[in-house]
Amino acid sequence: MRAKIIKLITEKTMLNQYETVFIATPVLSENQMKEAVQKFKKIITENEGDIVHEENWGLKKLAYPIQKKSTGFYYLIEFKGEGSLVEKLEVQYRRDERIIRFLTFRMEKFAIEYAEKKRKQKESGKTKEE
Amino acid sequence: MAQNESEIRYLTPPTVEVKKKKYCRFKKNRIKYIDYKDPEFLKKFLNDQGKILPRRITGTSLKYQRKVAKSIKRARHIALLPYVTDLLK
Repeated sequence: MRAKIIKLITEKTMLNQYETVFIATPVLSENQMKEAVQKFKKIITENEGDIVHEENWGLKKLAYPIQKKSTGFYYLIEFKGEGSLVEKLEVQYRRDERIIRFLTFRMEKFAIEYAEKKRKQKESGKTKEE
Repeated sequence: MAQNESEIRYLTPPTVEVKKKKYCRFKKNRIKYIDYKDPEFLKKFLNDQGKILPRRITGTSLKYQRKVAKSIKRARHIALLPYVTDLLK
């Protein structure tokens, strides 16, 4: 039902859905990391973006060193919004010294389907465990 | 003429290669989206230097080869896969 409504809304407004991942430096404390996440979420919501999903991957090893660092905090946000929002978000990423790498792209319809399916699987897996 | 040809005898019987037909795993399994967040899966399309394998080896159809390439490039950018390496597997 909810998915249907979301679909209707997207069809009406034709807003694109984007996925953004950023890597923050591993030197941050947990609170600093939370602060950084809050900052970027705020940028999205303030620019009429709608956060669909977020995921904290935690500290991960990088496949190659970036800025002489071999690990990093990964954080993923899926959101709906205007294309101009992406630009604003990326400017903020570049200005922020805590962010060592970021990736933003538009999700095509199969990507959205895939993400939703994955989330549902996770949810059902969780309820089973409980 | 045809009879003569059939009379040719080989010392060692010619090995007839039975080629296993390649197929596109995405078409077969109806996978529509290739996730860049799964480096283990994407490694199937890389050689041990971390280069993308050509279609003629993996059998992937052109449509999905493009998607595979894109996903691998995204994974590389976000440091889930290396750009250059030795002995990946």
